[in-house]
Amino acid sequence: MYVGAIFFPLLGATISGFLGRWIGDRAAQWSTVVCMALAAACGILAFIETVMGNGATTVRIATWMNVGGLEVAWALRYDTIAAVMVMMVTFVSTLIHLYSVGYMSHDATIPRFFAYLSLFTFMMLMLVTADNLAQLFFGWEGVGLASYLLIGYWYEKESANAAAMKAFIVNRVGDLFFMLGIALTFHVFGSIEFDVIFAAVPQHLDTAFLGVPALELVAVLLFLGACGKSAQIGLHTWLPDAMEGPTPVSALIHAATMVTAGVFLVCRMSPIFEYAPTALAIVTFVGATTAFFAATIGCVQNDIKRVIAYSTCSQLGYMFFAAGVGAYQVAMFHLFTHAFFKALLFLGAGSVIHAMSDEQDIRRMGGIWRKIPVTYGVMWVGSLALAGIPFFAGYYSKDAILEAAFAAHSAVGMYAFVCGMAAAVLTAFYSWRLLILTFHGAPRADHHTMEHVHESPAVMLLPLLVLAAGAIGAGWLFYPSFIGAGEHAFWAGSIHNAEHNHVLHDMHEVPAWVPIAPAVAGAVGILTAYVMYMFAPAVPAMLATRLRGLYLFLLNKWYFDELYDRILVRPTLATARVFWKTGDARIIDGMPNGAAALVAEASRGAVRLQTGRVANYAFTMIIGLVIFVSLFLTGLAR
Amino acid sequence: MNWTLALPEIALACAGLVILLVGVIPGRNTFFGCTMAVIGALLLAAVLVLGQPEGTALGGLYVADAFSGFMKILALLGAALGLVLALDFNRRESLDRFEFPVLALFATTGMMVMVSANDLMAVYMGLELLSLPLYVIAAFDRDNGRSAEAGLKYFVLGALASGLLLYGVSLVYGFAGTTNFDRLADVFSGNGGVPAGVVVGLVFVVAGLIFKVSAVPFHMWTPDVYEGAPTPVTAFFAAAPKVAAVALLARVLLGPFGDLAAQWQQVIILASLGSMLLGAFAAVGQRNIKRLMAYSSIGHVGYALMGLAVVSDEGLRGLAIYMLIYMLMNIGTFAILVGMRRRGRAVERIEDLAGLGGTDLGRALWMTVFMFSMAGIPPLAGFFGKLYVFLAAVQGGFWTLAVVGVLTSVVSAYYYLRIVKVMFFDEAPAEGGLDATTPGLAAVTATTGIFNLVFCLYPAPLLLAAGLAAAALLG
Repeated sequence: MYVGAIFFPLLGATISGFLGRWIGDRAAQWSTVVCMALAAACGILAFIETVMGNGATTVRIATWMNVGGLEVAWALRYDTIAAVMVMMVTFVSTLIHLYSVGYMSHDATIPRFFAYLSLFTFMMLMLVTADNLAQLFFGWEGVGLASYLLIGYWYEKESANAAAMKAFIVNRVGDLFFMLGIALTFHVFGSIEFDVIFAAVPQHLDTAFLGVPALELVAVLLFLGACGKSAQIGLHTWLPDAMEGPTPVSALIHAATMVTAGVFLVCRMSPIFEYAPTALAIVTFVGATTAFFAATIGCVQNDIKRVIAYSTCSQLGYMFFAAGVGAYQVAMFHLFTHAFFKALLFLGAGSVIHAMSDEQDIRRMGGIWRKIPVTYGVMWVGSLALAGIPFFAGYYSKDAILEAAFAAHSAVGMYAFVCGMAAAVLTAFYSWRLLILTFHGAPRADHHTMEHVHESPAVMLLPLLVLAAGAIGAGWLFYPSFIGAGEHAFWAGSIHNAEHNHVLHDMHEVPAWVPIAPAVAGAVGILTAYVMYMFAPAVPAMLATRLRGLYLFLLNKWYFDELYDRILVRPTLATARVFWKTGDARIIDGMPNGAAALVAEASRGAVRLQTGRVANYAFTMIIGLVIFVSLFLTGLAR
Repeated sequence: MNWTLALPEIALACAGLVILLVGVIPGRNTFFGCTMAVIGALLLAAVLVLGQPEGTALGGLYVADAFSGFMKILALLGAALGLVLALDFNRRESLDRFEFPVLALFATTGMMVMVSANDLMAVYMGLELLSLPLYVIAAFDRDNGRSAEAGLKYFVLGALASGLLLYGVSLVYGFAGTTNFDRLADVFSGNGGVPAGVVVGLVFVVAGLIFKVSAVPFHMWTPDVYEGAPTPVTAFFAAAPKVAAVALLARVLLGPFGDLAAQWQQVIILASLGSMLLGAFAAVGQRNIKRLMAYSSIGHVGYALMGLAVVSDEGLRGLAIYMLIYMLMNIGTFAILVGMRRRGRAVERIEDLAGLGGTDLGRALWMTVFMFSMAGIPPLAGFFGKLYVFLAAVQGGFWTLAVVGVLTSVVSAYYYLRIVKVMFFDEAPAEGGLDATTPGLAAVTATTGIFNLVFCLYPAPLLLAAGLAAAALLG
């Protein structure tokens, strides 16, 4: 059961990837779906077993490497935090697989798609069940690889290739820090196994590395690694571009896998982070900034998937600052609820795109809500959950995050609270902007497209409905155990809170207005959206012209891409060109070419010696003899 | 007088006389029968060598030890395989006269005498017994101008080399007072200085021997003779006599003159360097494949001499194993070259191999194996041959030799790979592909090819034998 949850996806990927050509598209895709379903069943059982049954277990599979003082095993570590992730990942992934059966039905290379999808899931599962940093890094890189393959799935599209490369390269930047973090961990603790590290933390509180507290440095490096995967500000640029992949991929990347890896890493390493206050402050600050920054961009984007992508970025910011103020449980809770409604939103958006004949620009949609009522309904549910409207899933977790930030009683905590509140307004605003522009108003698509608008097939709607149920119910169902009274028993030590950390307790004792504020913020955002897009459609255009500078600033995503292009990409390309033209083409190629020319010359010379005349040959022999004799005699004289 | 120790040589010589006699009597062509008889005699001699006890005989002229055993087996094997290559070729080219195998047999007897020589006189005897039949079979296609020219050139230059050798022997005898290896060694191991006359004599002896292994600067005859002689004769030249001459060179230098190593080492290093360089560079421009193989063999001798130049157990072991591998990959290559015919006519240009990959994939693949092995690409046997001598050179601190060896390997890889490229990527000529090969050639190709492929899997017994041989010589 423990093993099955992890390895069924790999089995599916193998069947579909290697045998897909022989067993046909249908068999390949259904084999992955069945494998995923089995994995999900195992995942849920494992969760129940871990949380309510035996408690944490570690399944050792094999020794991976044993070099010097470094011993690394392949092992599956099932504690609560891993079990939650496994259950969530397998469950959501199963639904996405199922949905893909419908969504990708017209694709030419279905087995390849499903193989990648299952591989992606497998890698994520390896990541979350790792019991050491090396295996975690294996999953980490595997997820990066699979995301590269999936984002670039339509590899004949140039933009898809560029996006895939961008995702990979930006992630590599984060990975570099992660690797440094692992190396430093090994340097400090002499091991990269979680049990060993966590047990040794108290002994290393005062250890310094290069004059900096080692724990702080480890934590910051790991967090920078997490920033890459979780698309925090600075390393977020790949995430919106990742929309080039098929929509189920976006859902998988954004909801269940990949981007949550960073948050998971911070929570998993909570025993270290707890003793690194500066690192936590950085985490809080970066998270809060990202939450706000991504939300502002989301307000002006016109691509339906990009809006949701920026909302993911923003929500990840929430999770990070929750972790940053010490409320890891809350971060995990938001991660968990977010998985449901974000997958729901993406798959819903996919359903819209499907209906609109692959149109993604919300300016060319509108007036379709009567034609696709189920999609419309689930998008509403997803948006309500995202905006944090009471009693939907997002409400519980987002509310808790803001309370925790408020209860932290620190400067960064307050900053996070303010950013979070602003982002909450913006989140609600852009969600309803999306809903209104997509579904309401006069149809702006051409006649031809409008005629074809149709509801998606059942195989796509079923996952939507399941996820919608999750978006409604996951909050109140799991609230008590994740962050409520049963919190301590539920996590069973898999998340560590230091004795000086009371945020989980304090967050329930904040002033009465704080818990209500997020809901109010959501309502304000929704209302503004209604006013601007439903009742006075002239306002947005007017604002855009009045505040043209701000509008362009937001539309161009704070000019991050341009900035990177100017200060990183172009200088790199210029340097590369110099090395290519001079270094490689002239010097490196020149040497072998010159050597080859020399050889040919030498060969001609050597052949010319061979005259064919016996007298010359004999003469050569005698000359050789003379040389030898003189050598001998000098050798003797020596 | 324990002459029974020399039983292999005696048996071989007697067999030669008998076959000569029997071959004359019938009125019809006895080429095939004689060849088979000679191969049988060679195998018999090999069995006798295997059963040979160790010791000296014939008044100290003759010695049998592990080294001589190893090298004799190699020489006998090379000679036998060379004769197999000649079977079909000679018949088609009307060279199927029964003297051919008999001459090869006498040459082989000479080789064995050389390998077992324990006296400078025995050296000369063996060398001449080897050389005289070789002069004849080089010119065996006597109606062909090039073959006659090859035989004559070889004879004239060979006579010069023999003269140098004899002159050196007489100098050594004049100054040291003996020609016996053991006693020479005693003389030189004394503390007193070595007379200059001995040194000059040694140079002349070395020159005469280096001529036979065709190392620079006594290599000049090689390309012309290899090209002019009939292809099976070239194959024969490139295999067995080379093994015997290298063995003799090692025995002479490490035996009686072992204590003068500091002096002759320079010469061998020079010859090795020169051979490696010339073998690599001169072959690049060749168009005739036999001529190319001549330069290739010069290069290989350079690598083998590297093992001798370092004067160590590892070096000598490397030399022994190198000769074994060299001989087998050479025979294999020549088995393919001998079978190069288009519409019944023998062809020998590199371009004639064009398109072989399309017309006869099996043969092209085997040729590829041999070429890769010659170039020293792992995991083929040729790689290990080079590995062991390079290793010995590095361990002995002879960095120049090792580095030059590696660099010339790279250059030589060019012309070996060019053959592969021609076979697989060039268009077959308009008149069609090469004729089918014969079963005999195919069998030799496959046997030697399989050896080249599987040597890496289980080299231990051969390494052990080579190690024993080296130990026997260095004591």
